[in-house]
Order: sequence, then C-alpha cells, then structure tokens
Amino acid sequence: MNEKPEKLIDKKGLRLDGRKPDELRPVKIEVGILSNADGSAYIEHGKNKILAAAFGPREMHPKHLAQADRMVLRCRYHMAPFSVGERKSPAPSRREIELSKVIRESLEPSVFVEYYPRTGVDVFIEVLQADGGTRCASITAASLALADAGIPMRDLVVACAAGKIDDTVVLDLFDTEDKVGSADVPVAFMPNLNAVTLLQMDGILAPEEFEKAVNMAIEGCRKIYDLQKEALKTKYMLIKEEEEVEEE
Amino acid sequence: MSSLITRVRMKQIEQLIEKAKRLDGRGLEEHREIKVEQGVIEKAEGSARVLLGKTEVLVGVKIETGTPFPDTPNDGVLTVNAELVPLASPTFEPGPPDENSIELARIVDRGIRESKAIDTEKLCVEPGKKVFVVFVDVYVLNHDGNLIDASALAAVAALMNTKMPNYEVKDGEVVIKQGYTQLPLKSHPITVTLGKINNKLIVDPWLEEEQVMDSRLTMAFNDEGNICATQKGGSGYFTQQQILEGMKLAQEKAAELRKKMKW
Repeated sequence: MNEKPEKLIDKKGLRLDGRKPDELRPVKIEVGILSNADGSAYIEHGKNKILAAAFGPREMHPKHLAQADRMVLRCRYHMAPFSVGERKSPAPSRREIELSKVIRESLEPSVFVEYYPRTGVDVFIEVLQADGGTRCASITAASLALADAGIPMRDLVVACAAGKIDDTVVLDLFDTEDKVGSADVPVAFMPNLNAVTLLQMDGILAPEEFEKAVNMAIEGCRKIYDLQKEALKTKYMLIKEEEEVEEE
Repeated sequence: MSSLITRVRMKQIEQLIEKAKRLDGRGLEEHREIKVEQGVIEKAEGSARVLLGKTEVLVGVKIETGTPFPDTPNDGVLTVNAELVPLASPTFEPGPPDENSIELARIVDRGIRESKAIDTEKLCVEPGKKVFVVFVDVYVLNHDGNLIDASALAAVAALMNTKMPNYEVKDGEVVIKQGYTQLPLKSHPITVTLGKINNKLIVDPWLEEEQVMDSRLTMAFNDEGNICATQKGGSGYFTQQQILEGMKLAQEKAAELRKKMKW
C-alpha cells in the first residue's frame, strides 16, 4: 500500500503530477488498429491504456433479442486482471456491469439505431491499464470504434471527468486524486449537439461546485474532441497515401 | 425493464406534458404520495417499507461480523444489494441480478456511502481484523416506476430503524450480549429522480412515463444540501442547461422531502 499523500495540490497550485487545475493529461489516440474488428480504436489517456472494438451491424445472437424497428447496441466494459495494482478477477464485477450499461447509454444517443432494424452492434472495451478516468477514456475510444466501423452517427461522443481535490475543482483526475480527493464527476458529451450523454458523480459537492465541475469537464471534452477527430482523419489520410503509392 | 404500452397512450402522455399536465393528475414537479413504515420485519436488525404511489419497496438490514477492506482497516463495511423480485412486475425474471438491479443497488449504495451516512468507524471491533458488516437488501415488491427514489428512501429509513446488537470481545471472538443500541448515523441522504419527456423535466416518473421518457437524472443530497451522488440513465441526453435546471429542481424537491420526512 502506498501512503496517502496529505496534499494533492502544492503551494504553487500544481498537482502531484505537475499539472495545473484545468490541465488535461496527455492524450494519444489511434484508429483502426485491430484487423478483425469492423472498427477499432486505442487510447492512451495519461497512464490509461484502453482498446475498443466495434462489430456490426450484424445478425443478433441470440435472435430473440433483435428489435423489429431498430438496431440493438451492446457494450462490454472489461478490465484486464493486470490493469490495476492488485490483480483483478477476470469475472465481470458489479462495477463493470454498471459501467457497461452507462457507457452503452452514453453512446446510444449518437447512433442512428433506426437505420439497421433487426441487427446488433457489439462494442467491446478492454482496459489494459487503469489510472483513473477509465470510463471516460473508454467512451472516447468506443465512439471512435463505432465511427471507424462506418456506423451512421449524429456526432462523436467524447468524455472527460472533473472533480474536487483539496477544496479545488480540477479537470481530469488520475488514480490517486480520484481515491484521495473528495469528488469525481465523469461527463460524456456530444459537442455539436450540446448534449450530455453520461453524467455521474460520487463524493460531496456543493451545488455551485457541481456546476463548475460539469462546465469544466465539458471544456475538457471539447479539447479531446479535436484529438478524436484528428485521429479519425489520420487513419483515412494513411489509406489515401497507400493508394497513391500503389497507383504509381 | 419495460413492458408494453400502446402508441396512443404514449402520445397522450407526451401531449399532456406539453400542457404541463400528467395522466395521474399530478403537476410536473410533484411527487406521488409517499408512505414510510419502519420496523416491519422483526428478524432483521432494521427494516422499512416504502410506498411511492403504487411502487412498493421493502428494505431489510442485517448486521454480521466480517473482515474490513485492507485500505480501510478501521471502518465497518456497507453492502447494498437489490432484488427485482419476479412478483413485482411481468418484466422481472428470476435469476442472477441483471444490469438494472445492479445499477439500482449501486445508486442506492453511492447515496449512503458518499454522504457518509453510516458512522463506519464505530463499527470497528478490532482494527484490520474484525468489523461489523451492514447488509442493506433492497426488495422491490411492486414496480410502478421510479424504483430508485423508493429504494433510496426505504434504505435510509431502514438504517434509521436499525439496532446494533450489544457485544463484548472475548479471546478475539465477538460475544453478543443482551440489549441493542442504535446504528450510528451521520447523515440522511435524500434521492430525487427526474425524467425528461419532450425536453421537459418531470419529478418522480411513474411506470408509463418511464417508458416514454428518453432519459433520467438522479441526484442525492446530504443533510447540508450538498450533492453526494448523481447518475444519468436512459438512452437519451440532457443539454448543459437542462443539467443545471435539473440540479436546482432536484435540490428543491429534496429539501421539500426532507421537511416532510422530518429527517
């Protein structure tokens, strides 16, 4: 067990990892990295390393779950046993089942589910390494996987958390801040529609602090959104370049 | 969690909401009638039955000894479980808990845990070795919508009704003595759920409204009126503005409920 740090913000106003209160961790995103999936994405958000893959639209299994008027979106959030300090049992925990549900509900509003009746799309998320804020990074990657699979969407969904440590509202908590800090507010957002598709909170926040945290998280989402779009474009730029080389 | 509802009925609910009315005659920001009855199960250390309109939830609290979590060696343990009993709705099936019952249990859990409702330090018998474990079991007996608020209310009411057995430690073993003391509580969280239908926020959606609404927002408030848990649910979304509106509405309603409950 690591000792709990007493202060999460130093005298200069910097956090344990040297960030300013409203600063994101470094984010790196790649799209289309799994050859068997219809769409896929990999995200490194700070020390979080997460893979997401989308399969479909395809026939539903079991068949009775198919819906006559729409596509069914399914989602599995799963953590690798080696992703955290103490080995996590590979069996799905109650936390993972809840997160799978809220992640699915965060992605659903973005997808034109009525375009593909009787089909299903499966999104699988594997957390390879966790360091706080995995549900948010998972949503950012999963939405890209859906886009990469060519599924018609209203907007990309992007997620980021804000929280409270040492009486200050800060952006994008990492593991220690999440555990020692006093509140965590993950938010998923569709920037073009101004739509919040996931909102959770634990800890204690005064209503004004909650408002500030939600607004701060949404600003964080907007920043990651740019990286998300960039990652998607990069994949297709590469394909274009390859084609040009072949033509020559 | 849905059963069948006709399109006519759905339209009707939507059209009424546009006129700020509801099928059961309530205003948009009005709860159904709430009845709380404590101490209904004698064999449990604590219990409560809550009626929220026709929604009925029974919560039983059992207390046993167990080992603390390694990162909190001086704290008792809280465990919340929810059962969507098949007799409560034609859509509930027997079997292991599904995602709906797990989500319900975790929302109730978060409200109690994050508000630090139970003084867990007082449940420590021997640091790092033996503590009391508080099992809160939520039993949904009749599903007529808004299980979250009914369950959260029943859980806190049951905890307020919970008696700890008196004990002494002999050779590292807990020996139960005569008599009881009240379970030490520090806060009494109140949970309010809002539904969104046609971009309007409604308080305490009942079953048919739940099938029309595209998303819900749940917020729990502690004794000081601070937020201690939040959960958005459903396949729709809220705008940034709606979230803040929702927060204010939930805060108001929670304060109102607290007065009514005299918590």
